[in-house]
Amino acid sequence: MRHVIEPTDLSPPELNDLIKAAEEVRRRPEDYAGRCHGKILAALFYEPSTRTRLSFESAMLALGGGVIGFSSGDASSASKGESVADTIRTVSCYADICAIRHPKEGAALVASQFSTIPVINAGDGGHEHPTQTYTDLLTIHSIKHRMTDMTVGFCGDLKFGRTVHSLLKALTLYPRNRYLLVSPEELRIPDYIRGLLKERDCLFEEVTDLESAIERMDVLYMTRVQRERFFNEEDYVRLKDSYILDKRKLSAAKPDLTILHPLPRVNEIAPEVDSDPRAQYFQQARYGKFIRMALILKLLEEAGAC
Amino acid sequence: MLSIDSIKKGVVIDHILAGKAMQIYDHLNLEALDCSVAIIKNAKSEKRGKKDIIKIEDRIDLDLNILGYMDPNVTVNIIEDGVITSKLKLSLPDTLTNVIQCKNPRCITSVERHLSHKFLLSDRGQKIYRCAYCEQEHK
Repeated sequence: MRHVIEPTDLSPPELNDLIKAAEEVRRRPEDYAGRCHGKILAALFYEPSTRTRLSFESAMLALGGGVIGFSSGDASSASKGESVADTIRTVSCYADICAIRHPKEGAALVASQFSTIPVINAGDGGHEHPTQTYTDLLTIHSIKHRMTDMTVGFCGDLKFGRTVHSLLKALTLYPRNRYLLVSPEELRIPDYIRGLLKERDCLFEEVTDLESAIERMDVLYMTRVQRERFFNEEDYVRLKDSYILDKRKLSAAKPDLTILHPLPRVNEIAPEVDSDPRAQYFQQARYGKFIRMALILKLLEEAGAC
Repeated sequence: MLSIDSIKKGVVIDHILAGKAMQIYDHLNLEALDCSVAIIKNAKSEKRGKKDIIKIEDRIDLDLNILGYMDPNVTVNIIEDGVITSKLKLSLPDTLTNVIQCKNPRCITSVERHLSHKFLLSDRGQKIYRCAYCEQEHK
């Protein structure tokens, strides 16, 4: 049984095919309307989520399938102490495919070990969130029409940002990209990601100032700098505005810059930026549905259920 | 050197890093054995200067994974009729199950107690093992 627990569970050629399939879904959604008729997605969300849960549900409904599940651990037998293994064995009796979000790292892997239906990891704590990475790649490809020869900026919390690490791991498989990594000293990328960039011969710079780096970027991936990541309040107050994207900072950027953000946003992108055509983060959320449609279809087809 | 009678039939765990014999004894649960077990500490070693040795006077099945993880440089000698019939060289095992515990409070193994604590070798040179579930490095 095929599962997607981490981004690398799909090989690079499979990922390229998935992106192509998602672009086809986006262009001709009507062709996919009944492809999963009679099939059921179990959305097992042990913690709150807006985009991920709703995009999975919307994706399955758009394919003509149905959805069952829960949106918090309190609404399931987990509140009575049921294990992930027992829950997934039960759910396997009622559904054809499952998306699981759980606050504990490794929960999706446990589910996959006991499941008789395909399991998609919809986020396991701070660990992996493969469909977010696939969404980011689809968005970049759909807007830029390429995955190579770009200068990609990452800004904010690069130390703890799971989405940043996963996207960097995936993007560095494509040649001739350059990376500008903008963060406070305290929140620079971890050593293992720096090691990966070197191992793959990637050109990258680590800088602390967004304003001076933005003019070179083709893509800017924003993340939130969280107060609790700093050792003291003083440093947070001193640094937080440097990593807020506003119209003034954007004035130096290329006209075809693509601004992405995994959302939810708090204050790291000023609302005045939303109307700028370069702001693509809500489009990105939309692409999240298409990539999940393509992934659900792929896994169900491979399982012989569609 | 202190003389301990050689054994006729059994297992000799040789070239243990000096000072580690008791840890190995505990991890392999040798206390549960009925046969004679000798622990020799700080024996002279050409390779290591000093070494520990464990002699077990019975043929038992040792968990070579635990032994390989604790000290991949040890040698396991199998003794039959007073002579060494085979010498097993150990190495770091690719996987470890229920030998070490994941200490990450965010890991699923911290709340679901029935799960095995499984670790995968991620860097042989630096002896780094990562939890199979959360990928946290074991320290």
